[in-house]
Amino acid sequence: MGYERQADFGTPEATSDEPVTLTIDGREVTVPAGTSVMRAAAESGGSIPKLCATDNLKAYGSCRMCLVEIEGARGTPASCTTPATPGMVVHTQTPRLQKLRRGVMELYISDHPLDCLTCSANNDCELQEEAANVGLRDVRYGYEGTSHLGLPTDTSNPYFQFDPSKCIVCSRCVRACAEVQGTFALTIDGRGFASMVSASQASDNFLSSECVSCGACVQACPTATLQEKAVKDVGLPERSVVTTCAYCGVGCTFRAEMRGEQLVRMVPYKDGKANRGHSCVKGRFAWGYANHKDRITSPMIRDSIDQPWREVSWDEALSFAANKLNGIKQQYGARALGGITSSRCTNEETFLVQKLVRGGFGSNNVDTCARVCHSPTGYGLKTTFGTSAGTQDFDSVMDTDVVLLIGANPTDGHPVFASRMKRRLREGAKLIVIDPRRIDLVRSPHIEAAHHLPLQPGTNVAVLTAMAHVIVTEGLANDQFIRERCEVDEYEDWASFVSDVKHSPEFLEEVTRVPAQDLREAARLYATGGNAAIYYGLGVTEHSQGSSTVMAIANLAMVTGNIGRPGVGVNPLRGQNNVQGACDMGSFPHELSGYRHISDVETRALFEKDWGVALDPEPGLRINNMLDAAVDGSFRAIYIQGEDILQSDPNTQHVAAGLSAMDCVIVHDLFLNETANYAHVFLPGSTFLEKNGTFTNAERRIQPVRKVMEPANGYEDWEVTQLLANALGLNWTYTHPSEIMDEIARLTPSFAGVSWERLCAEDSLQWPVNEEYPDGSPIMHQDRFVRGKGKFVVTEYVPTDEKTGPRFPLLLTTGRILSQYNVGAQTRRTANTVWHAEDVLEMHPTDAENRGLNDGDWTKLASRTGETTLRVRVTDRVAPGVVYTTFHHPATQANVVTTDYSDWATNCPEYKVTAVQVMPSNGPSEWQEEYSDLSERSRRIEGEEMEPAE
Amino acid sequence: MSSTIDTLHRMADQIARNFQHMGVESAVEATADHINMFWDPRMKDAIFANREGLTPIARAAIDELAAGIEPEHQTRATVFNAVDEVGHVDAG
Ligand code: SF4
Ligand code: SF4
Ligand code: SF4
Ligand code: FES
Repeated sequence: MGYERQADFGTPEATSDEPVTLTIDGREVTVPAGTSVMRAAAESGGSIPKLCATDNLKAYGSCRMCLVEIEGARGTPASCTTPATPGMVVHTQTPRLQKLRRGVMELYISDHPLDCLTCSANNDCELQEEAANVGLRDVRYGYEGTSHLGLPTDTSNPYFQFDPSKCIVCSRCVRACAEVQGTFALTIDGRGFASMVSASQASDNFLSSECVSCGACVQACPTATLQEKAVKDVGLPERSVVTTCAYCGVGCTFRAEMRGEQLVRMVPYKDGKANRGHSCVKGRFAWGYANHKDRITSPMIRDSIDQPWREVSWDEALSFAANKLNGIKQQYGARALGGITSSRCTNEETFLVQKLVRGGFGSNNVDTCARVCHSPTGYGLKTTFGTSAGTQDFDSVMDTDVVLLIGANPTDGHPVFASRMKRRLREGAKLIVIDPRRIDLVRSPHIEAAHHLPLQPGTNVAVLTAMAHVIVTEGLANDQFIRERCEVDEYEDWASFVSDVKHSPEFLEEVTRVPAQDLREAARLYATGGNAAIYYGLGVTEHSQGSSTVMAIANLAMVTGNIGRPGVGVNPLRGQNNVQGACDMGSFPHELSGYRHISDVETRALFEKDWGVALDPEPGLRINNMLDAAVDGSFRAIYIQGEDILQSDPNTQHVAAGLSAMDCVIVHDLFLNETANYAHVFLPGSTFLEKNGTFTNAERRIQPVRKVMEPANGYEDWEVTQLLANALGLNWTYTHPSEIMDEIARLTPSFAGVSWERLCAEDSLQWPVNEEYPDGSPIMHQDRFVRGKGKFVVTEYVPTDEKTGPRFPLLLTTGRILSQYNVGAQTRRTANTVWHAEDVLEMHPTDAENRGLNDGDWTKLASRTGETTLRVRVTDRVAPGVVYTTFHHPATQANVVTTDYSDWATNCPEYKVTAVQVMPSNGPSEWQEEYSDLSERSRRIEGEEMEPAE
Repeated sequence: MSSTIDTLHRMADQIARNFQHMGVESAVEATADHINMFWDPRMKDAIFANREGLTPIARAAIDELAAGIEPEHQTRATVFNAVDEVGHVDAG
């Protein structure tokens, strides 16, 4: 298959239902009203030369390449800015037009270096292509156009470069940064021929500017001015394969553009329904970890964790693991064994891991990292709405009038969706932010939140109940919706609960620290501002009342009738790429795929018959309980695929104690991660580029992941699980993930109509896909809730047990940043570290001054659980009394200080509230030193030279 | 008491505390239902054997479960899909 650029229709698709028919070059063409003449021509197979137009940006009309003649109209209008009208007769190729276009092109080329043959974009350059199209042979102005030639190239960004000598000032990059990404990092300085693109401030280069390296400008640039460095290094791609990003739950799709076996670049796929052609720095650029020197590609074993690792054959590693597992099972019973599925791996891989645990190990001790992120969403939305998926698709935000954002920081966590949200906010939608920190969205270019309620961490329920108080007592409830769609008795109980003066913003102000008047105004805006949508993240779920907060959110949506149509709803912003899928596939200890409880006799019978084994009817252990049981001696072996629980789970010392108490820890991963310090068997994993399968994003959208290169470790991850299963005598015979998907479809009602072949043909499907919804289901709860009526649930505020006091007077809350991903195992092994080389502690100036701390000082961060050290950043983004850090780096291990407290319903850890003290420090904490020793010892591999410590 | 028992007590008490608004009787049922559907057998056995010190609602719920009484489902969170049903989504 040869390489072709993605089709570009020049201007965005029009959404009108009204058809318009016109004639272009003698062909009759029908398009939706509002379509440009340029797009109408392109859609009907013609092509009009263009330079400043591209179809993800509004038409701009600056280059004058796209001129056409329209019968009855004067002059030669630009086709990109001229809408098609009924009966219009257009000519796109006439001698007059050719002459005009050639003249325009001549001007451009006179200020462009004529090194096409040696240019890295040779044959992939729109300028070159259009010059040929218009038949330019000769340039009358000479080639010494002085303006741009000879300007130095800006190579400061690690992934792309800016060579201004090639710039034609079409402004596509500037507009992409503004319209698509919403960062406004670029401007055009100067006028006329002297004008040029620059990063916002005069002194800035790309790296020091506001640029977030999303790549939208690079994609928009028609020349080699903005180009991926890899194209220069590797050469132009020769073929492409569409696949899905393996970082976050947005689920962007990309074209992996290849040259031979080498990946040249990941280009956002314009037909991707989740990302619509946009990307963020992680998915677009941060894939270099796949070839990082730390990647382990041979299996390794050892008898105890003080020994160095021994590289062995797959056979030896697998039989070593199988012997250990069998021995433990014989001695301690099946319930001593368990596993953790990965939200980073495919649906097929996750399904196999839980099948291995339930059907092979014989226990239900299987859990997944959704436990530590959105398990309260499952509980809360299921209790109130009857089903717990987010209620909308991403497109819905474009119909929203009021965005209520709580405990989420989408510009860092879900950047591509954030760009769409920002676009809607720039169009005039109002924004309410409830967050202890002044996140970027509170004030960013052309966006200002109507209200920011900087609440005390841990008081979400109180704030949301106070909002409900305002809505109910001020008569703003949507009575009709409540009568028609909700259980009215329960509503009345709830309404009288929230109306109590104890739940008024004034009464709760002391607890929440949110000024009552602000809270009242925010509540009024949410209730009366039009279509209101709630978006929330881990700042909601990772609390001791995470599930209650989710229910309080659902109550607010129901009381105002903001459910069941575009533009409204309750939208959990999910963390990992396949967290939805991992849950769907039966990764929780109490349920099989499709959310059916393990105690249900018929469900068990279905699986038992298909798998030919008997299943344990009792729920298994959750991750944190596995660790407790390990310390007690009743849980002794674990198979962990693609998770680093030592770094990601709370109270690191507790995790370490649990892991070191086990007899057999099998880590299946790309790298010797932190958990592997406690492992006995290491099975090397494959990257998303090296495997076939599917991921399911936050909209329930199942998308194919396609193999673009052979696995460096020799096997795709599902094959490794199958090898382990077969070493245990299970005789699995899958030859391709499509066969696993067939099994999933056979056993899971919501996947009944899904198959690999169908996904490959249709790009994506939103489950449920079954007889009733053969083509999938984009929006839920349209006319009724999936199960009957909406239920209001009383959400009484129960303060967390984690309290500040004289020893620990500050509250620590945690989060993540754009360029790094979770535990950082991948992103730390890419050039993304230029943006975030270490975790820092944000602290308010008053708190810093009280402690004699200056920006950049080393500090000791201590809680009742443990202590660590890191540098402080003094900023008023956080309120006095609150400190904030990220958890991307193992050297800091922020989770050494987080506690065992967790959500009451789901045990999702309370990462967001820890009472801490911060003081000056001059060196690493005792734990850090011990851990760094252990880590160094534990990573030794027999026969390999130790690398000197950094 | 081992730290695991402490944890189990904390978990049970916390569940009970969050159902308390339902009134004692329903809160006991809801707590028992929740633990029945989500806890592993060894956790149940351990707390059955160590009931001293639980808060009253949690204690009553554990007594009920220990006596082998199967509680009714009290919230939709403990009602799951039937074998051939699409209905719920529990995703995290
Ligand atoms: S990479 Fe993205 S943020 Fe940076 S300048 Fe280009 S469009 Fe703007
Ligand atoms: S850098 Fe590229 S996109 Fe930007 S103005 Fe120059 S040619 Fe156009
Ligand atoms: S937004 Fe998420 S899915 Fe999209 S490119 Fe970035 S990390 Fe990947
Ligand atoms: S493409 Fe129409 S004016 Fe540039």
